[in-house]
Amino acid sequence: MGEFMSGPMALLAEHFLSTLRDLSLIVIILFGFQYLVIRRPLARLKRVLTGFLLALTGLTLFIVGLELALFPLGSLMAEQLVSPDFLPTLAEGAERHWRDYYWIYLFAFMIGASTTIAEPALIAVSERAHQASNGTLNPLVLRAVVAIGMATGITLGVWRIVMGWPLTWFIGSAYLVVIALTLRCPKHMIPLAYDSGGVTTSTITVPIITALGLGLATQIPERSPVLDGFGMIALACLFPIISVMGYAIAVHPKTR
Amino acid sequence: MPFVVSFGRQLLDSAKDLMPVILVVLFFQVLVLRQPLPETVAAGQVLLGLLCVVIGLALFVRGLELGLFPAGEGLANAFVRKGSAFWLLLFAFALGFGTTIAEPALMAVAAQAERAFIEEGLIREHQLASGQVALALRAIVALSVGSAIVLGVLRILKGWPLHWLIIGGYLIALALTAVAPAPLIGIAYDSGGVTTSTITVPLVTALGVGLATSIKGRNPITDGFGLIAFASVMPIIFVLALGSLGFWWLNG
Repeated sequence: MGEFMSGPMALLAEHFLSTLRDLSLIVIILFGFQYLVIRRPLARLKRVLTGFLLALTGLTLFIVGLELALFPLGSLMAEQLVSPDFLPTLAEGAERHWRDYYWIYLFAFMIGASTTIAEPALIAVSERAHQASNGTLNPLVLRAVVAIGMATGITLGVWRIVMGWPLTWFIGSAYLVVIALTLRCPKHMIPLAYDSGGVTTSTITVPIITALGLGLATQIPERSPVLDGFGMIALACLFPIISVMGYAIAVHPKTR
Repeated sequence: MPFVVSFGRQLLDSAKDLMPVILVVLFFQVLVLRQPLPETVAAGQVLLGLLCVVIGLALFVRGLELGLFPAGEGLANAFVRKGSAFWLLLFAFALGFGTTIAEPALMAVAAQAERAFIEEGLIREHQLASGQVALALRAIVALSVGSAIVLGVLRILKGWPLHWLIIGGYLIALALTAVAPAPLIGIAYDSGGVTTSTITVPLVTALGVGLATSIKGRNPITDGFGLIAFASVMPIIFVLALGSLGFWWLNG
């Protein structure tokens, strides 16, 4: 029990000061501008300070939880799903085929799709899109479209780590598709499409996905954590843009 | 009482975000893997950690909503009304920088990046104190978001079209990718994706929408939300450019 408590407690103490430093900066900025440039006292000072204390406690707890749960879960799944004990047995001297890793693709797809469908920020964006399109876009369908885009992005990211291909190929071709679609997409949908790329990566999913990528790159032979482990977040942000613009073009063809 | 209600709602939102992760992981543990957890992962610690994540995130967001968001929005509106372009741009930069430094998702990516750098021996541990690489990465990203918000505000003031600037940014990022050291590329593109979550979006959107509403002939929807789009392209450019300089400085 003593050891169990000393880990989390030590983490709490360790992260409290750095969190205080990080949050103080934004408080100094706000107060500085308020009192030195605008020169008007801050409304409801007590409330602002209470909010600051809550935010400080919350961020410290979150970072501790990151180290205790989210990072270990991400790398644990990567470790278990690609471990040689779990994968089909290899014939003598044979190379591992990328298809052998199908469970990790399924895992990535399910994590991507389920977290996106439930994402609170996406619900807000899809309501806005419903209004911006004068009711022609169904918010529920839009959420599904974003979720499929995000899940596809993550799954491709995992596949890229397995293959060891450069991220640039994937990003470069995705950008080309985004540019081509932007030129054809109904104008009022463009900002919303770009936004839906940003909202899919929430504060809870980012640590899991990063740890998953790093874990995979560490476990799969001949992959380097730095060269291959990153890039899934980037793909997870790009593919919803593609799927939303594709959907907008399909529903709402540009009138010439 | 309103605090308890809104904190409860925030708690529910965080839990909703976490629930699918737990369900998918459980599904794989129970039905696919069917192995006991390895000794390095204690189930008790993971549960405690998940609890910390949900409560911590809810407290953090609730605290921001209580104090910093209204204060920031009030300031953004005050600067829009003040009508001085210099102070508005300076405030825009400070807002982007300050919010990004405190962005939890960026902290996660930066911590993992430092771990990977040290594991690969790209940065020898004795060269820099622990946490410095992560902090440097976060500072570079914060600098880039600050600049992105300045550019975005300038765009709203001048009425430049959004998509050409974004496409231009993508092209610069791709060009830099061709010359930057390979270990930076994945991290650079990932940091573009994490800058736009919990804390940056509400404050920056408030600035953009306030600005677009107060200038005649601007549309709050198309103009206000474009700021976020800049904030996700600029970090790629800055991490590739400044990161290359950092590498060169550390390794000669």
